[in-house]
Amino acid sequence: MLIRRTRKSDVRSSEITSESIYYRRREFIKAAGTIAAGSLVAPQMLWSRTLDDLDALRPFPDVAPSEFSTSAEPNSLEDISSYNNFYEYGMGKDDPKRLAPGLLRVEPWSVEVDGECENPGTYTYEDLVRPHQLEERIYRFRCVEAWSMVIPWVGIPMADVLKRFQPTSRAKYVELRTLQDPEQMPAQRGSSSIPWPYVEGLRIDEAMHPLSIFAVGIYGRELPAQNGAPIRLVVPWKYGFKCGKSLVKIRFTEEQPKNTWQVIAPNEYGFYANVNPNVSHPRWSQARERRIGRFFRQDTLMFNGYEEEVADLYAGMDLSTRQNW
Amino acid sequence: MVKPALLLLGLLPMAWMIVAVFAGQAGANPVEYLTHESGQWGLRLMLVTLAMTPLRRMTGWTFPIRLRRMIGLLAFSYVVLHFLVFALFDHMLNPATIADDVINRPYILMGFLALLLLIPLAVTSTNAWMRRLGRRWKQLHKLVYLIAVLGVLHFLLLVRADPWEPLIYGAILAVLLLLRLPTPAFLRNRATAS
Repeated sequence: MLIRRTRKSDVRSSEITSESIYYRRREFIKAAGTIAAGSLVAPQMLWSRTLDDLDALRPFPDVAPSEFSTSAEPNSLEDISSYNNFYEYGMGKDDPKRLAPGLLRVEPWSVEVDGECENPGTYTYEDLVRPHQLEERIYRFRCVEAWSMVIPWVGIPMADVLKRFQPTSRAKYVELRTLQDPEQMPAQRGSSSIPWPYVEGLRIDEAMHPLSIFAVGIYGRELPAQNGAPIRLVVPWKYGFKCGKSLVKIRFTEEQPKNTWQVIAPNEYGFYANVNPNVSHPRWSQARERRIGRFFRQDTLMFNGYEEEVADLYAGMDLSTRQNW
Repeated sequence: MVKPALLLLGLLPMAWMIVAVFAGQAGANPVEYLTHESGQWGLRLMLVTLAMTPLRRMTGWTFPIRLRRMIGLLAFSYVVLHFLVFALFDHMLNPATIADDVINRPYILMGFLALLLLIPLAVTSTNAWMRRLGRRWKQLHKLVYLIAVLGVLHFLLLVRADPWEPLIYGAILAVLLLLRLPTPAFLRNRATAS
């Protein structure tokens, strides 16, 4: 059972617009426009978009297949979009699905780029994505909690996007941040055991690896809000928490970024977080995993089965030592 | 009449869990659902048994103590189910990997110890055993305090970020244990004077 704490900042049910009135919002906005009261309404309200309905997710017109896709059977969209860790919406696996679709404004969306690069600036979602060919990448996804899925992402190679910003020779790492906006992310309101925003990072060669993508969709359609819409990281040989959601900031750095989980529990989480069945998390074994949809566990593969592609990134590194977790 | 009704009430969550799994109402990860539900019901019922003595002391009613054995055995049933789900679905009943988990994961060790300590309490819960053990029966069953603490610690050590839910259980347990301390003299005097 989940006990829900209500905070002062939570929306009271008495404040929630009834459905019938809500569905007349277009009429309302039109009316507001005609009586020239548009200025009283926050400008974004007039054209921001949330993803309230799974069926209304927009399909992408042109998605190319990829040689990197696994032939394993993907999980259903129902599974992928109902079982999520997205702590900005709460600790429960069902919180993101319950809260994110109505709250996360995926349009307009922009990503700030700064740090050690030639082309810093603020890029809109369209700026980032449009120049690239979308690909379907069916990847294994492995959470540090020892469950896994197979997810047919739609995405673009991270390397192609990052190269456009022309990182300098000092750019040894990429720091990636998730949105921080208590209005859209209820678990960021009030006190929290997590320092927001959620920060992740990759070594520059990991980020430039052909398997690393910015995902913008699942099953040929745009990402559901609870899966980190409109754009997120996917690094398939690392634990799921490395794949930050709802990306708003890319920063090239010389120093290794401090990722959030490492800050919260340095004895449990490291920077690299490569899937490794031989190194247990201090509190649970990583040797096996439960694929969502199955009752029994299966063996976890080194680098989540991407060993052939990524092992040379870690040549000479002892991945069992604490500093290389 | 009360006891059978209580038994049925206590078995409702278990029935619901199993129905939910077969009806596809247990979410994307039914094994996790079963694990969490059975563990939490075990802990809740354990706290209910510990509330019986304070309830009697405060109200003078005797029925809480008469119902306590049933609630305790229900709690034990949920803890056994909790362990069986873990042993079957996480380990396919393989004793070697179960042992590895018990030895290497402190939270699993706590839970496992709680289960082991519950077994003698469940076995000696009959009237015959109460007679046979006499005064030592009561001493033996004081193990339940330790078991409840182990249960809360087990929960506390497994949460990933936000410990407040196990801490609520811990706070309730702390209150129930504190209520067992002898009442301070100044309060006692006031109580008899009134």
